[in-house]
Amino acid sequence: MNSKRITIPMGPQHPSLKEPSCFTITLEGEKVVNAVVGVGYNHRGLEKASEMRTYIQDLYIIERVCGICSHTHSTAFCQAIEELAGVVIPPRAAYIRVIMAELERLHSHLLWLGIAGHEIGFDTLLMYSWRDREQVLDILAMLGGNRVNYGINTLGGVRRDLEPHMVDDIRQVLNYLEEQDKYYIDLALRETTLAARLGGVGRLSHEDAIKYGAVGPVARSSGVHTDTRVDEPYAAYSEMPVNVITDNHCDVFGRTVVRVLEIMDSIGIIRYALENIPDGEIKVNMPRKIPAGEMLSRTEAPRGEDVHYVRSNGTDKPDRVRVRAASEANWHGMAHMLEGDYLADVPIIIAAIDPCYSCTDRAFVLSDGNGGEQVWDWQRLRQYSLDFYRKRGVDASKLKIAKQ
Amino acid sequence: MKKRPGVVAGYAMKQLFRKPATIKYPQGDLVIEHNYRGKLSYNPANCIGCNLCVRDCPADALEIINVGTKENKAFECHLSLGHCVFCGQCVDSCKKGCLALTPNIELAGLKKADFKMKL
Repeated sequence: MNSKRITIPMGPQHPSLKEPSCFTITLEGEKVVNAVVGVGYNHRGLEKASEMRTYIQDLYIIERVCGICSHTHSTAFCQAIEELAGVVIPPRAAYIRVIMAELERLHSHLLWLGIAGHEIGFDTLLMYSWRDREQVLDILAMLGGNRVNYGINTLGGVRRDLEPHMVDDIRQVLNYLEEQDKYYIDLALRETTLAARLGGVGRLSHEDAIKYGAVGPVARSSGVHTDTRVDEPYAAYSEMPVNVITDNHCDVFGRTVVRVLEIMDSIGIIRYALENIPDGEIKVNMPRKIPAGEMLSRTEAPRGEDVHYVRSNGTDKPDRVRVRAASEANWHGMAHMLEGDYLADVPIIIAAIDPCYSCTDRAFVLSDGNGGEQVWDWQRLRQYSLDFYRKRGVDASKLKIAKQ
Repeated sequence: MKKRPGVVAGYAMKQLFRKPATIKYPQGDLVIEHNYRGKLSYNPANCIGCNLCVRDCPADALEIINVGTKENKAFECHLSLGHCVFCGQCVDSCKKGCLALTPNIELAGLKKADFKMKL
């Protein structure tokens, strides 16, 4: 081993965001020469949990895959099941889904802007953008009844209607946010200190973004024209004026520009949806048992494309549920983005993909490549986990698991 | 577009004269929407004991118990607040309108036993 090189672990306690993951970073001086991304500390077993419950109960598990993209995940799941059951949701429900999805994008991008500001020591921006985000969260709470898990989606439509007084409140907040976002755009495009700090950091070229399968604002900031809302319109997106915002900076600065411009675009989409929302029902009846079949559903979350796979066996419980969150696709290019940059840039590069650790964590077994099927039961998984920690000096075998 | 440092400065000065964005809590006025998904309420008058709410609860937090006889039924609803995820699916599932969500969000307690309650 080269004596000039030093390897340091960042994490697993809060490496940059308040979630667990471990980045093993090899440095030469201040420069990162190698990075290994270690996720998997927050596996929740939600796919298996979904397979053990009914479709209606699953809605609330799927909504909790991600705390920020909760609506987009449940939309993808509902779409898959509605398609399997051959049900078409009413147009008003599709519009309400779009309004919620875009409000979610607003609050997610404002949240990210604050985090990015915090990571580069620009805490004033954190205070401003999170103050503005509160306004969106209040609107979401008014519409859905909760600030984060809105619970607006149900199988066959939406659960709550948009009332006239809510429309006025949303318009008021949109006017306020438009003014604020003009300031953020001005800040991103004109403030030289921000451009100097973020420019050239965490580079991911156009070719690499395609090679590593980046999605969402990360891909769009590398000039990749991809957006599920346009590529494969769902809900009422085929009628919406969606602009795919791309940028050619290919770095963290580009990701900032894309996001602040997307806030403005989302405001336009919500205004259009509020103007043109049709009257009528918000829900159609759904059967409890879903016909056998399989379905893949895609939606555009604030962080990128969510993919849900549902296989039904004709009962009221799914046979298989697979969730591919947007961050899972963006992790693959992370090591490449980190290499060649300074240690001090690592937190902002990690934060720039707007990662969601627990959304991505799934249990998997690395096989020797000879094929064959492996099924691990609970006992074997538990034994594996005990051995894993024992090797690292922790004996967890005495721990008792509480029974409900 | 001309790039320059200190774009934030003028805006930052303006913020000095704005009202605080935060409220004082618990002393101040907390505004909770009337349709907020808080603690569940139960009206046994119309309950027929169909158990649809129990069946659809994703968190296994509800229990409907017949405390009367087979002929004269009287139902009680037991809720485990520690398990409830406040999704409101039970309210949607109830055909008789016996369940409703209230905007009551101040549910913290000191003992675990307090979270198991009869509604």
